[in-house]
Amino acid sequence: MTGPAVSLTGAELRRGPRTLWSGLELDVAPGEFVAVLGPNGSGKTTLLQVLLGLLPLSSGQVRVHGAPPARGSAAVGYVPQQRALDPLTPLRGRDLVGLGLDGHRFGPGLRGRARRREQVHRALAQVDALDYADAPVGSLSGGEQQRLRVAQALVGDPSLLLADEPLLSLDLARQREVVELVDRRRREHDTAVVFVTHELNPVLPVVDRVLYLVDGRFRIGTPEEVMTSANLSQLYRTDVEVVRVRGRILVVGAEDAPVHHDVPEEVGVR
Amino acid sequence: MSTLDLLQLGFVRQALLAGAVLALLAGLLGPLVVGRGMAFAVHGTSELSFAGGAGALLLFGAGAVGWGALVGAVVVALVFGALGLAAHERDSVIGVLLSFGLGLGVLFQSLYTGRSANKFGLLVGQIVGVDTGDLVSLAVTGVVVVGVLGLAYRPLLFASLDPTMAAARGVPVRALSVAFAVLLGATTALGVQIVGALLVLSLLITPAAAAARLTASPLRATVLAVVFAEVAVLGGIVLSLAPGLPISPFVAGIAFATYVICRVAGSLRTRRRASRTRVPASSTATSTSSQSALASQSPRPRS
Ligand SMILES: Nc1ncnc2c1ncn2[C@@H]1O[C@H](COP(=O)(O)OP(=O)(O)O)[C@@H](O)[C@H]1O
Ligand SMILES: [Mg+2]
Repeated sequence: MTGPAVSLTGAELRRGPRTLWSGLELDVAPGEFVAVLGPNGSGKTTLLQVLLGLLPLSSGQVRVHGAPPARGSAAVGYVPQQRALDPLTPLRGRDLVGLGLDGHRFGPGLRGRARRREQVHRALAQVDALDYADAPVGSLSGGEQQRLRVAQALVGDPSLLLADEPLLSLDLARQREVVELVDRRRREHDTAVVFVTHELNPVLPVVDRVLYLVDGRFRIGTPEEVMTSANLSQLYRTDVEVVRVRGRILVVGAEDAPVHHDVPEEVGVR
Repeated sequence: MSTLDLLQLGFVRQALLAGAVLALLAGLLGPLVVGRGMAFAVHGTSELSFAGGAGALLLFGAGAVGWGALVGAVVVALVFGALGLAAHERDSVIGVLLSFGLGLGVLFQSLYTGRSANKFGLLVGQIVGVDTGDLVSLAVTGVVVVGVLGLAYRPLLFASLDPTMAAARGVPVRALSVAFAVLLGATTALGVQIVGALLVLSLLITPAAAAARLTASPLRATVLAVVFAEVAVLGGIVLSLAPGLPISPFVAGIAFATYVICRVAGSLRTRRRASRTRVPASSTATSTSSQSALASQSPRPRS
């Protein structure tokens, strides 16, 4: 694939009276890892919905693999913003992952069952979830459910992965595992990644570019380019200081920014 | 006459056949009903099916009861289906419609001056009165339900249990919700005529709820729900023959016993699993599982 996996030109999205973002220009190349940052309500989830074809742009153009986004495209994997599954959901982990593979298909699905089982097994193994693949999903911890969600997104072998805060409710070791998994995926399969996250640091070692959205304003570039005191002060329209400590980026002074309230802990890991 | 003699009778055989088909449909749909959290909607649907049947009985006579029950059930199932999966809103709307339907049904029945067996039948069923016409409509409904489930089972399951993700994958969640409501409405309407409005829940909910206690696999849950529903209906009919009592207490009793047994068996098994493995396999608050769940959610790394 030569063209960009995602291409947004002059993209604008209004929700009611509010303009979430406008004039957005973004190309994501195959194999590129783009992190989307921003406070709650800045339109990160909405951006993914546009890329999934669930929501039209108010104006501008969006292309996924060179065509308008198609709902249910097999080439796009999606990790939804976490909502814990109902404790009584009558599914096992392997069923949840299997639904990601062919749950959208009509027909009895009696053929190719061995191949399907194999694919599901491989996806479960990829996220190290085989231990609890047969337990009811509702009985699993948030982190375990989240790894199943990643497996569910990868099982169809997508060339674009959209992940909405997949690190939420994971401890640091698990966060690193998920990030490494996604990073390996895009290096080995050239999968483009749009990764919405509340915290930049866990993805900092692997991220190519950052899209930082605040209240309709945005910056796009490498973490070095975007994450500066001047840039973030402009985005937040207040004095914000960006500090680099031991290879981590700390944002001080912006409410609800990807700040690290738990600095001692984070530093303590190293 | 002994039970064995009674089993030779034509109308008993017809009752058993009708019961078997109904139990099959209920067992197939039940796990989806339970998975969608629609138990209360089934109750509402059956009460409005009762109202529809009673209204048709009053206005058009005994021959129209089936149509009235079907119209009542499908119309209200469509309303519930269109409300989607927003549980809080749905439950209050169901409560509103259910009580209204029940009131209407009682009114229609008290205005009706014909045979009282016709009146009572909609509440407790008339399984011994099943005729060839009933069997034909059961068979047609059965073929339609099985056919639609065969074609749409995966998207239906996806849309029922994981709606956000299903919508993102292009599954027509709304349309499936409506289609499911129609299947459910038609099955409920037949159930109301055969086992009565009061027993419909025993067939559509209890076997599936019991199965869900034993397995989280959708396929196994469906097989078990069909088996449990068949045992309850066929067992209930056979047991009711000799004493000459209505089938309701027997069917409901067997279904309830199945549920209690499955619940106990299920919780024993989860407890065993939780004490055997490190991974929390259950949400029940055994000390092992809650501790490890806490540990894996803690933001503080342990080193
Ligand atoms: N269905 C909707 N209709 C109108 N406004 C919405 C809808 N969904 C979200 N919004 C608004 O869009 C904004 C962006 O939401 P979202 O994309 O979820 O933000 P983020 O993911 O960055 O936290 C929010 O302010 C929210 O109020
Ligand atoms: Mg969001």
